[in-house]
Amino acid sequence: MSPRRAETGGRIDRLRTIRFTFDGAAYTGHAGDTLASALLANGVTLFGRSFKYHRPRGLLAAGVEEPNALVTVLRGEVREPNIPATMVEIYDGLVAVSQNRTPSLAWDIGALNQLGGKLLSAGFYYKTFMGPVIGPLKGTRFWMFCEHFIRRAAGLGKAGTAPDPARYERMNAFCDVLVVGSGPAGLMAAKAAADQGVRVILADLEAHFGGSANWSDEIIDGMPAADWAQRAVGQLEGNDNVRLLPRTTVWGYYDGNTLAALERVTDHKETPAKGEPRQRYWAIRAGTVVLATGSFERPLVFPGNDRPGVMLAHAAERYAVEYGVLPGQRIALFTNNDSAYRSAVALKKAGATIVAIVDVRADISNDMRRLAGEAEAELLDGHAVIATEGGKALTGLKVQRFDALSGALSGDERSIHADSLLMSGGWSPTIHLASQAGAKAEWDPARQAFLPPKPTQRWIGAGAFTGSFSTAEAIAEGRAAGVSAAGGTAAPAALPTVEAAPGDPDPAPVFEIKAKGKSFVDFQHDVTAEDVRLAHREGFVSVEHLKRYTTLGMATDQGKNSNVPGLAIMAEALGKPIPEVGTTRFRPPYTAVSIGSLAAERFGDLKPERLTPMHDWHIANGATMYSAGLWYRPMIYGLPGETIEQAYVREAKATRESAGIVDVSTLGKIAVQGPDAAEFLDRVYTNMFSTLAVGKARYGLMLREDGLAFDDGTTWRLGEQEFLMTTTTANAGKVMQHLEYFLDVIWPELKVTVTSVTDEWAGAAIGGPNARAILASCVTGTAVDNATLPFMGIVHGRIAGVPVMICRLSFSGEMAFEVYSGAGYGTHVWQALIEAGKPFGLVTYGLEALGTMRIEKGHVTGAEIDGRTTARDLHLDWMLSKKKPFIGSAMMDREGLIAPDRLELVGLIALDNRPLNGGGHVVEELDEDNPHDSLGHITACCYSPALGKYIALALVKDGKARHGTRAFVSDPLRNRFGQVEIVSNHFYDPDGSRMHG
Amino acid sequence: MAEYSAFSLLKNALTGNKDWKPAWRKPDPKASYDVIVIGGGGHGLSTAYYLAKEHGITNVAVLEKGWLGSGNVGRNTTAVRSNYLLPQNTRFYEHSMKLWENLSHDLNYNVMFSQRGCLNLAHTPAQLDDYARRGNAMRHLGVDAELMSVDQIKRLVPALDVSGSARFPVVGGLMQRRAGSARHDAVAWGYARGADRRGVDIIENCEVTGFLRDGDRVTGVSTTRGEIRAKKVALAVAGSTGRVMQLAGISHMPIESHVLQAFVSESLKPIIDTILTFGMGHFYISQSDKGGLVYGGDLDGYNSYAQRGSLPIVDEVMSEMLALFPGLARVRMLRSWGGLCDMTMDGSPIITTGPLPGMYLNCGWCYGGFKATPASGWCFAYTIAKDEPHDFNAPFTLDRFYRGLIIDDKGQGATPRLH
Amino acid sequence: MLITCPYCGPRDVIEFTYQGDGNRQRPQPASQNLDAWNAYVYDRLNPAGDHNEIWQHSGGCRAHLRVVRNTITHEILSTEFARGGHKTESRS
Repeated sequence: MSPRRAETGGRIDRLRTIRFTFDGAAYTGHAGDTLASALLANGVTLFGRSFKYHRPRGLLAAGVEEPNALVTVLRGEVREPNIPATMVEIYDGLVAVSQNRTPSLAWDIGALNQLGGKLLSAGFYYKTFMGPVIGPLKGTRFWMFCEHFIRRAAGLGKAGTAPDPARYERMNAFCDVLVVGSGPAGLMAAKAAADQGVRVILADLEAHFGGSANWSDEIIDGMPAADWAQRAVGQLEGNDNVRLLPRTTVWGYYDGNTLAALERVTDHKETPAKGEPRQRYWAIRAGTVVLATGSFERPLVFPGNDRPGVMLAHAAERYAVEYGVLPGQRIALFTNNDSAYRSAVALKKAGATIVAIVDVRADISNDMRRLAGEAEAELLDGHAVIATEGGKALTGLKVQRFDALSGALSGDERSIHADSLLMSGGWSPTIHLASQAGAKAEWDPARQAFLPPKPTQRWIGAGAFTGSFSTAEAIAEGRAAGVSAAGGTAAPAALPTVEAAPGDPDPAPVFEIKAKGKSFVDFQHDVTAEDVRLAHREGFVSVEHLKRYTTLGMATDQGKNSNVPGLAIMAEALGKPIPEVGTTRFRPPYTAVSIGSLAAERFGDLKPERLTPMHDWHIANGATMYSAGLWYRPMIYGLPGETIEQAYVREAKATRESAGIVDVSTLGKIAVQGPDAAEFLDRVYTNMFSTLAVGKARYGLMLREDGLAFDDGTTWRLGEQEFLMTTTTANAGKVMQHLEYFLDVIWPELKVTVTSVTDEWAGAAIGGPNARAILASCVTGTAVDNATLPFMGIVHGRIAGVPVMICRLSFSGEMAFEVYSGAGYGTHVWQALIEAGKPFGLVTYGLEALGTMRIEKGHVTGAEIDGRTTARDLHLDWMLSKKKPFIGSAMMDREGLIAPDRLELVGLIALDNRPLNGGGHVVEELDEDNPHDSLGHITACCYSPALGKYIALALVKDGKARHGTRAFVSDPLRNRFGQVEIVSNHFYDPDGSRMHG
Repeated sequence: MAEYSAFSLLKNALTGNKDWKPAWRKPDPKASYDVIVIGGGGHGLSTAYYLAKEHGITNVAVLEKGWLGSGNVGRNTTAVRSNYLLPQNTRFYEHSMKLWENLSHDLNYNVMFSQRGCLNLAHTPAQLDDYARRGNAMRHLGVDAELMSVDQIKRLVPALDVSGSARFPVVGGLMQRRAGSARHDAVAWGYARGADRRGVDIIENCEVTGFLRDGDRVTGVSTTRGEIRAKKVALAVAGSTGRVMQLAGISHMPIESHVLQAFVSESLKPIIDTILTFGMGHFYISQSDKGGLVYGGDLDGYNSYAQRGSLPIVDEVMSEMLALFPGLARVRMLRSWGGLCDMTMDGSPIITTGPLPGMYLNCGWCYGGFKATPASGWCFAYTIAKDEPHDFNAPFTLDRFYRGLIIDDKGQGATPRLH
Repeated sequence: MLITCPYCGPRDVIEFTYQGDGNRQRPQPASQNLDAWNAYVYDRLNPAGDHNEIWQHSGGCRAHLRVVRNTITHEILSTEFARGGHKTESRS
């Protein structure tokens, strides 16, 4: 048995030995231990180093608020930094290491920072490191030089870079009553609500339900509190309407009574069971929440209060009662309230010697005197601790007579030999979730604590959370809260009886003992009482300024230990009551939450993948895929040894010479149906659609309300009241929402429905001089000759037995057809077309060749319709109907949108016969060293097989007027400069004779 | 008031730091001023500072309803950059960048501006071309920009997943090396101290409750600390613009107030040495000198004055973070908070005279407010002093929307939540 | 935030797309009153308090809802179809 472990007691399983390592040294503990309790049992006193001064630190707490003992847990290459040792349940093979020390925890070179002492006071960064105003270190250079070293010294644990192999899971849960915290109040609330038959969730961040019942020596209903708690949990377990969530931290209280919680499912296991996630993220929509989150014991601020061996009183009590571990053999306590007496008695019972109880109060009640006697402790009333002694472990303390009213010390100093000093500075209700829910906490001068605000969402408080610190009150409030949350009115049955030590819940308003030496307020960030006073002297007096200037409360414990003591010291400096300094508003999360859990199933799977019906065919036939939004589309179908340019040039050339086919299934497709469909399209498009004949298609342009170009595409009239609208791939969703908005909000009187049918249709565009012949050879049920299927005509037929809809329209500029079939038949029809095309040398082409042919034609896409261009900029003003108003018509002629210096679409030809780059700029005067006066930029570029030149589309200031002139591309980012000729964007077959055929 | 320096630190350390004086005074408001600046945030304070420094106008009060710097200057992710697409924005933000580069000296206050770069990741060749368009636009205005290859990016940020197997693989990026981050609170405090040293009254806990008017003209304000008159009344209240303008009887503005959340992780040893943005969503991240990863994403997406975020955005931001850094799944988010963004209809700001006589308006900072702080104050001070805009802010008028002279860097139109 | 869609019932905000200020009045399509158009496209009420706004249930039935929501507390006060009808008051 280890030196500090008692022979009996606690809820650890002494029959099960667990082996683990800390900083490479092997240790053993027992099932039920935390890393903190196990190391403490092994006599370890040094757990970590502080942030700024790298001071040696031991355990302060036993729970989630631990600021000192932060470790990194390793699982192979995977690191989990900054975990409080108090929250790590040990398992066989656990590997934990300490942090923020070089080379070792015991000997840390960073501790030299302490020599900086007063120089490194709060805010010192702001006052120096500015460096010289002139010379090589002017500007930000000197600071960045210093910062390099500061950054290396900062930071606690080290994050891993190896991908986390763990799985994270998200659960959406609904309940009538969510109970947060499973102490006596929470257990009573859960039980009472469950008895009403409603759906209950009970969550507690600890591994075992029971809260303070697990470590108090009170008797509830005639049995030890821990047994009573276990019985209550047992009763809840039997209920179908109750879900119990241990190891689950409710960390966020969001709008609509939605609470976020993190369940640590397998962190305490050596090997997770098959399928178990590491952690589970719960989003819980609760009818009513019962907040039974308890309270935190506060440290006292006095010189040397950070020495390893100085601990919170209740934490020591927990270690003794729950884990059978004594933090020391000769224990002294230092308190401003009654609760420490109970701790003293408990530790005495567990086998420790209580050398003294130092109480700042002069008048101690007879009850407390009796408890001090029970603990066989010397009671030093009206005294305070003014120093601690020892190196990396406590050896003793000094006390002096103290006046609680004036804060004055007097009389002789006296040394007391002790290896553990326990402090209790009163209790602060854990109001974080209530504060997150939206309201401001209220200061209670009797309790010397912030009490929960009035609810702004549907929650009810119970127990220590409300400032009712006794178990009897917790039980009564818990039951009342549970009943009320469940909407019930239970008959007032008898409450469980409680036998507890007496105690006054109100502490003396003493937070700090002013004596020589560093007194810590925020342990992890090394913020001292002097730092708080310095902030006061420099005017950083509001609570937020105090926090931000000194970093008080910004450490991983988020001020759970330091918040009230810090405010109290500032209040004293200001001569104002504490609430006038301000109250901190707590924000999510209550405790730090793993990023993996928040990503949950989306970790490793950020967005869905959209695949066309012919996707597998493309992959099987050598396509290189290109990611376009969520879609994957073929970029090229490269032959062995081909470059991308060689491939698309081959594909485009073959299409223009014979025929090519491309998958256009990604185009947005919207069915527009109803008696007013044509009228609706007239309002949506800039051009007319009501005049379109059934069986014909028309190219349409949409503007936004503000008059700028929005989207383009062809829309097909399939019937008098039925249209099929196509949109660009990128804008499919936006156009759909645009149409729905107008139908639902602006013109509800129009009888039209719109339906997204993008995924219903597979689309193949086949174009080139032989396209019609290929179709003719495989289409049945219709002719495809010029009379039956003129330009922009639509026919219905079959290919390989499958119904298809064919529209003769062209993006490539060739005679071309879009063939639509049901999505499930996409590959079937596609393969039939490929087969039919074989005698004609039909090629498949990808996005690159598609882009090449559209650039040659001068068609616009999203690169030109980029949300900043107008129809006129793109020479599409011929589409702006003057006969009717349409969306954007009233706004499109505002002065800024018709200004002469706007960027207009042009074509560019590289005169040096070298490739151009998308995003290159256009200038009148070339100045490679000092580029300036951009005229515009290239939106798309390619090698044009039709022209035998490198060409581009560009948006250029006053572009149309520059046709036929010369300019330069200026692309300093890729060092591409050269002369170009500005031409019309219609490079190829400008009169359209090829597609009209 | 004492200059700050290594020497003054040492001297004060030797006397137990007892002699430090308040960084700024806490005066009571006077009955009248030449200029009242409403809003004691970054922009209001820098406006007051430059009014005093550049224009010799020192009879100035800055009125703050809460504590100084309680708005977005203390709630952002501290990025400073001038990597915009449109020349109006680039010129303005580059002017800001130049002020940033000398700001610590200018203020005698270390704002810790660290030019560790800002890298926009591209995930498709088309996106890289789009970034090249922007980078080249910057270069043609004399602003630094460069493209980075995947190998260069891998060397700069080893923790980033550039394996190519990601859902959105990294294919390159646009880097502005002069971009960086600063200590946000220090900017507010530095400007406050600088303005105070030049005689400006900074009045905290003083909420404006109405405007004093002589006909149309604004002649002062009524506040929770009494009426205060002024020849000129300037607004720099960011997310509260709608509320304050309503006090002046102007109910409609081309602005919506939205919540933007920000997050910080627990403190870690250095792992990310630049500002990084994700190209296939909305996510940005950097690491502070204390070691916390500071990051954020999209707006919550609806009008709000709550400074309180919603859960779906939390999940979205974390998911995008892990798409870039799958090794950080076990790092823990420590703190989150929400700021109010005054989103305009084109994503660009407003710095102008009017709209009422005697009034001057500075608002519409959308996401960009922190990095704009120096130039915003500098231009606003110029506009207030001269009653006309400087060239840098001449495009940022209120009537530009109506005249179609919109400055829409993202091309999203009049949908504020998308900017 | 939970929004009660008249079709689908109470649903999480993640299912909805915000479509902004519901007070805006679109001029008649043929109106040439540029001031009215500018006000409609660019001006917003943006109150700190109850706000009349349009949301689309884009992840559900895709109906547009007129929602009165408090921009300080985020409390939803009422919802109805934007085209009218099925109003639910939900101030607690």
